[in-house]
Amino acid sequence: MAIVETKELTKKFGKFTALNGINLEVREGEVFGFIGPNGAGKTTTIRTLLGILQATTGSAQVFGMDAWKDAVEIHKRIAYVPGDVNLWSNLTGGEVIDLFIKLKGNNNHTRRKKLIEMFDLDPSKKCRTYSKGNRQKVALIAALASDAELYILDEPTSGLDPLMENLFQQCIMELKEQEKSVLLSSHILSEVEQLCDRVGIIRQGKIIETGTLSDLRHLTRINMEFETKQTVEGLNTLAGVTVVNQGDNKATLKVDSGEIGNVLNYITRFDVVKLNSTPPNLEDLFMSHYSGNGGGLSEWNA
Amino acid sequence: MNGTHNNNGRLMKLIFRRERIQIPIWFICLVGISIAVPIAFKEMYSTAADRAAMVITMENPAMIAMLGPLYGAKDYTIGAMNTNMMLVFTIIAVAIMNIFFVVRHTRRDEERGRIEVIRSLPVSRLSSLSAAMGAAVIINVLLAVLTGAGLTALGIESMNFEGSMLFGACLGVSGLFFAAVAALFSQLCVTSRGATGYSFALLGIMYMLRAVGDISNETLSRIVPLGLILRTQSYTKNEWWPVPIVLVITLVIALLAFYLNSRRDMGQGFIPARPGRKTASVFLQSSLGLSWRLLRNTFIAWVIGLFMLGASYGSVMGDLEGFLENNQILKQAIMISDKYSMTEMFITMLMSVIAMGATIPCISMIQKLHNEEKHNRTEHLLSRTVSKSRLLSGYFVLAMIASFIMLFISVSGLWIASSSVMDNPIPFMSMFKAMMVYLPAVWIMIGLTVLLIGVLPGKAMLSWVYLGFSFVVVYFGKIMQFPEWLQKCSPFAHIPELPVDKINYTTLTVLAIIAVVCIVIGYIGYQKRDVQG
Repeated sequence: MAIVETKELTKKFGKFTALNGINLEVREGEVFGFIGPNGAGKTTTIRTLLGILQATTGSAQVFGMDAWKDAVEIHKRIAYVPGDVNLWSNLTGGEVIDLFIKLKGNNNHTRRKKLIEMFDLDPSKKCRTYSKGNRQKVALIAALASDAELYILDEPTSGLDPLMENLFQQCIMELKEQEKSVLLSSHILSEVEQLCDRVGIIRQGKIIETGTLSDLRHLTRINMEFETKQTVEGLNTLAGVTVVNQGDNKATLKVDSGEIGNVLNYITRFDVVKLNSTPPNLEDLFMSHYSGNGGGLSEWNA
Repeated sequence: MNGTHNNNGRLMKLIFRRERIQIPIWFICLVGISIAVPIAFKEMYSTAADRAAMVITMENPAMIAMLGPLYGAKDYTIGAMNTNMMLVFTIIAVAIMNIFFVVRHTRRDEERGRIEVIRSLPVSRLSSLSAAMGAAVIINVLLAVLTGAGLTALGIESMNFEGSMLFGACLGVSGLFFAAVAALFSQLCVTSRGATGYSFALLGIMYMLRAVGDISNETLSRIVPLGLILRTQSYTKNEWWPVPIVLVITLVIALLAFYLNSRRDMGQGFIPARPGRKTASVFLQSSLGLSWRLLRNTFIAWVIGLFMLGASYGSVMGDLEGFLENNQILKQAIMISDKYSMTEMFITMLMSVIAMGATIPCISMIQKLHNEEKHNRTEHLLSRTVSKSRLLSGYFVLAMIASFIMLFISVSGLWIASSSVMDNPIPFMSMFKAMMVYLPAVWIMIGLTVLLIGVLPGKAMLSWVYLGFSFVVVYFGKIMQFPEWLQKCSPFAHIPELPVDKINYTTLTVLAIIAVVCIVIGYIGYQKRDVQG
């Protein structure tokens, strides 16, 4: 069942089109990774799902309810961590966490205490003295301490140190075990790779790819590295192969996933002594999307 | 060293670039009003006899408390009249401009993390403060010269070059003084709100001290810089000596600010931070609780401030009464009705001014919501189980409660002080009614603010403009005989002036209905629009 579902979601700010027909689905019990560069529309999509922004056209539904009209009903069942956490300078972290938990409706003191200890936050300090990471912790603790069915996290680890980032990942793993749904927006690809069941890639207000990581991997090329006894020739003539690096007895290739068999057949005749192939990681996937079709990165790499 | 110096120039340029809209608007208003008023005076009080009649009003202690000492009463020229009626309020406006200006470019930039970026560049530690103060010097000198030149250019007989320049200099020097005060508080306080608040508090205290001093104690007035600068007697005796004295005091305050700035860490103040509560109290557990917590200090400060404002007006009532007792001619001349004493009639005028003062916290309480939205903090609440109407209500309800409390506190201060000094005290209920009748006008201002935030959030500042407009038309409207329709553009002008007027329930009901309509449209608009931030 889809917990979050948008259909042709479009959001315009004046003449600027921030979201252009977004189709997104987060299923029950899955961790969905929402990735894309800055300004691609991740936060706008999330704010529309929260009913803070109203869709220009298309629909945004959470738990089958309209994100704009039924905002309060929806919010009773979700927890949210914004990307840029701005707090009240003259309130302490402890006060803010309590307020947030209270506004959510439930009150779990032991969990609050445990999380504050885990994230090593001093709740008696005024928010103005907190660093970006500490403000992020306040929002994270408040979100994780409250009971929710769906967690919407907008770049939740920005500003956290690696130790805290690790801790955060454990918390998400726990949520996953409890079969909670998570929408995790991020541009830290290793994080998404570790945590997410499925990912959606957004660029310039459009979803350009969705699917499980293995789905997406089929779409791109595998890295292949080998050494042979005899001198290798004619690699360039093979279909679906790009030669990255070639010496007399060794080569590094990028191979379209459909052509792996042909390449293997071809190279065995040179007496292979060593073969190493690695699936593309998310970073490669991401880069291929941004350097391939007119993204800004192609010029950058050239 | 030379490079650092150049960079200070660049920072100053940056300030002027950022100020390219605001400061010119202030200049147009300040210089414009300074020049327009004498022209109007010339029209309205063209003969010496007209002006002599005005002297009788201006001599009374209540007017002196409000406007400062009266000089040149024997030969009340247009120039003397201008200084008497305009100087204090123009100085206050210039002070407000300077306080906002300096805090904006020092503590607020620091709070927003902008100074951190600047500091990482090859500039000295004092660069931001010195750029802000340098810009303040330029602005105030320019204001003094423009006002002086503009007034001279009017060619009014009693307003010569020296007097005009002195009038201008009073504005410039006072402006610099408050720029220095704001710079000092920007070092002491950690927040820009605190720095602005303390600076305004000092301005208010100085105004009140000099009011007391002007009536009863010349020495007191001379100790207070705001009082001292009023002793310049421009267009009459043209006493220049207070100008350098205030400049020296300004310099001392500014140097203290620079010293403190060089001593402290970035982002810190001199008021030490105590550890706060680890958990939220029972009051801070709802969106209403949060808005109360955010507005609490503002609320308390205004309760104290308005009580003192009421009390300071009240404290001159005794003198006013005595003054009237001894002046039979005036008593007959100005008394419109036998039923009401001069004091009571004076009160009606006070009430409208106090009501507008009490509107400031009410508007600012609603504006706080917009401020929260701009800083992306309403998101925390709206993404939880707080609906937009509940969020807005948190601020709206407090503003409505404040409208009553602020008026009540002011009238209490007025009554307590006045009844202790008057031989025939005015009954509390009579004052109370005269004050509370202004509630519908305050509600319209609240309603307008809700409307703007709901429908035109980008233009929310317009409610301040409208309040400023109301003050000008109602307060100056009578002296300067603005056309009736212009005065009626302000809700405050429609309020019956009790006890002299009869209470008019129809008008009050219509005003209240307008307020309700604004509020309803504002609520609907707020629910329908996107959250910004």
